[in-house]
Amino acid sequence: MSNTRKLTMAQAIAEAIGQEMQRDDAVFVMGEDIGKYGGIFGATGGLLERFGADRIMDTPISETAFIGTATGAAAAGLRPIAELMFVDFFGVCMDQIYNHLAKNTYMAGGHIKLPVVLTTAIGGGYNDAAQHSQCLYATFAHMPGLKVVVPSNAYDAKGLMIQAIRDDNPVLFMYHKGIMGLPWMAYFEGSSNEVPEAAYTIAFGQARIAREGRDITIVTLSQMVQKALLAAEELAAEGVSVEVIDLRTLVPLDRESVLRSVRKTGRLLVADEDYLGFGLTGEIAAIVAENLDTVPLRAPVKRIAVPNVPIPYSRPLERHVIPQVDSLVAAVRAVMAASLQQPVEA
Amino acid sequence: MQAGKETELWMFEKMLEIRHFEETMATVYLEGKLPPHIQQGLAFDIGSGPVPGEMHLAAGQEPVAVGVCAHLMQTDTVVGTHRPHHFAIAKGVSLNAMAAEMFGKATGLGKGKGGHMHLFDPANRFSCSGIIGASLPPACGAALAAKKLGKDWVAVAFFGEGAANQGSVHESLNLAALWKLPVVFVCEDNKWAISVPKSSATSIEWVADRAAGYGMPGIKVASNDAMAVYEAAGPAVARARRGEGPSLIEVKTDRYFGHFQGDAEVYRPKDEVAGLRKNDPIPRMAGFLKKQGHMDDAEEARLRALTQRRVAEAFEFARNSPYPEPLDALQDVFA
Repeated sequence: MSNTRKLTMAQAIAEAIGQEMQRDDAVFVMGEDIGKYGGIFGATGGLLERFGADRIMDTPISETAFIGTATGAAAAGLRPIAELMFVDFFGVCMDQIYNHLAKNTYMAGGHIKLPVVLTTAIGGGYNDAAQHSQCLYATFAHMPGLKVVVPSNAYDAKGLMIQAIRDDNPVLFMYHKGIMGLPWMAYFEGSSNEVPEAAYTIAFGQARIAREGRDITIVTLSQMVQKALLAAEELAAEGVSVEVIDLRTLVPLDRESVLRSVRKTGRLLVADEDYLGFGLTGEIAAIVAENLDTVPLRAPVKRIAVPNVPIPYSRPLERHVIPQVDSLVAAVRAVMAASLQQPVEA
Repeated sequence: MQAGKETELWMFEKMLEIRHFEETMATVYLEGKLPPHIQQGLAFDIGSGPVPGEMHLAAGQEPVAVGVCAHLMQTDTVVGTHRPHHFAIAKGVSLNAMAAEMFGKATGLGKGKGGHMHLFDPANRFSCSGIIGASLPPACGAALAAKKLGKDWVAVAFFGEGAANQGSVHESLNLAALWKLPVVFVCEDNKWAISVPKSSATSIEWVADRAAGYGMPGIKVASNDAMAVYEAAGPAVARARRGEGPSLIEVKTDRYFGHFQGDAEVYRPKDEVAGLRKNDPIPRMAGFLKKQGHMDDAEEARLRALTQRRVAEAFEFARNSPYPEPLDALQDVFA
């Protein structure tokens, strides 16, 4: 068992990338401000000094070019990591992602491998408005061909990053700014935790029970896991036992862990910082609906997410649309107070 | 090109207004963001205080905004960048409504929904975006509309030297030249794309040299001087207004603050800004005006006091304005 230290999620991600670069010469990183700056959100901190500018490559603001370059370099045998600062910026280069990176393996009949990791920051909570606060992971999970990783803490982030780099497929690795442990942004302290020094992997498609409970399941991911744990603590004082499931990856999705938990608790709240419509919350609810023959629900499923508006700038507006600990507590209370209507005899 | 006393004084006044606005914002922005009022262990908290979120200030870049906008009418369109305050002020956007937007207040340009990177003032035909390279396509659109409507309106797209390597820039330059759109593209070269210097990101020294590849004039302004920008922009705006098509102007300018407020600027030589400030365009413009006999010390003092008061009033208006109601967040998705 190797030594562990408490790391921030940013440190854990940078450590994972560094260890894989050490292990495998084919791994390199491209992106904006990843060199001297160490990544705007610290995900490549210290790597330029260790590996030099040949492998830690600052790029021009030319995302179509460098993300397409990552795809091409991967097809030629390298293992690129490409960072694009904010997920909100993916619009400028979406074609290279969804028409090429995500589809080429399939269109080639499986004859090419594209081991690319795209990294990006997600999430709001610090009033950065509509073009710098989105999550959008469901958009990418919706499109076949991309694995989607969304960690909630430093330990998971390291293991999932190493797994991502070793995966022979495109992986989108999305870190929420409000759990990176940055010195210039408030964060949920539960996201910084003990991380082993040695390299390790966490398999994709394995949700984690972040807190065990009996009465209701909250299925969530990313920063919302930290909010759900705080809500669960508050609800425990009221005698409500909350189980928190951290999905960790959207693609592949651990359906079994969701079903297992809801079979136990009989109640489900899906909590998400992405948009409500056509997204993760609907997907999880549908999985339960499709399995009602084996899932004895005791109350209707409830969903809480951003209510289909862009993220507003002003603090009271942003707090209203992004689910907060208080809103999770209220949503759980609502589910606990609800019950299913009994079937009416014909 | 002679600007004339009135225009030159207007440019100076707007430069002062911009500088006061940015320096006031730099101070106000820090309110509530420093220890001990924030989470323990943090050096700074971007999400706290009366003006949260990112803040990109344009002190030092005043000449680009005023030198171009001095040629514009209210019916001309300006599309700015993520660092938009100088353009907005030079285009005549209300200081009060701008400041209120940055405070997230209901009286702001976008009722608090947009924030400082997303300022929209349809009456003055001003807008901007937080996405790099996003200013050029909508400027082409405004220019196309002017052409189709038979108006002599022009459109200006400002963008940074970092954006010059973005696909939308190249596509727009070609489209505007092909369709002879009345648009002026203005590249502000402040040397730094966050931490990446132009020399590490762009294959040639002058973005303006690319104009030749799109069949339009490329104009280089090598000094951060409002009058030099004015003289370069005049023919480009006139050419657009005559319906002869677009131009690309590049101005070497200086960014006095970090990319955003709170940026530790680990990438920038420690003494760089001190050196840049020795060529501050505001004293330079003052010197020019005095040499022309258009301004004396008393007039300069009066303009400084006037613009300071305007900015102070705008911040006071913003502070005293009410926040929107939480449920207002659900309005305005559709017109």
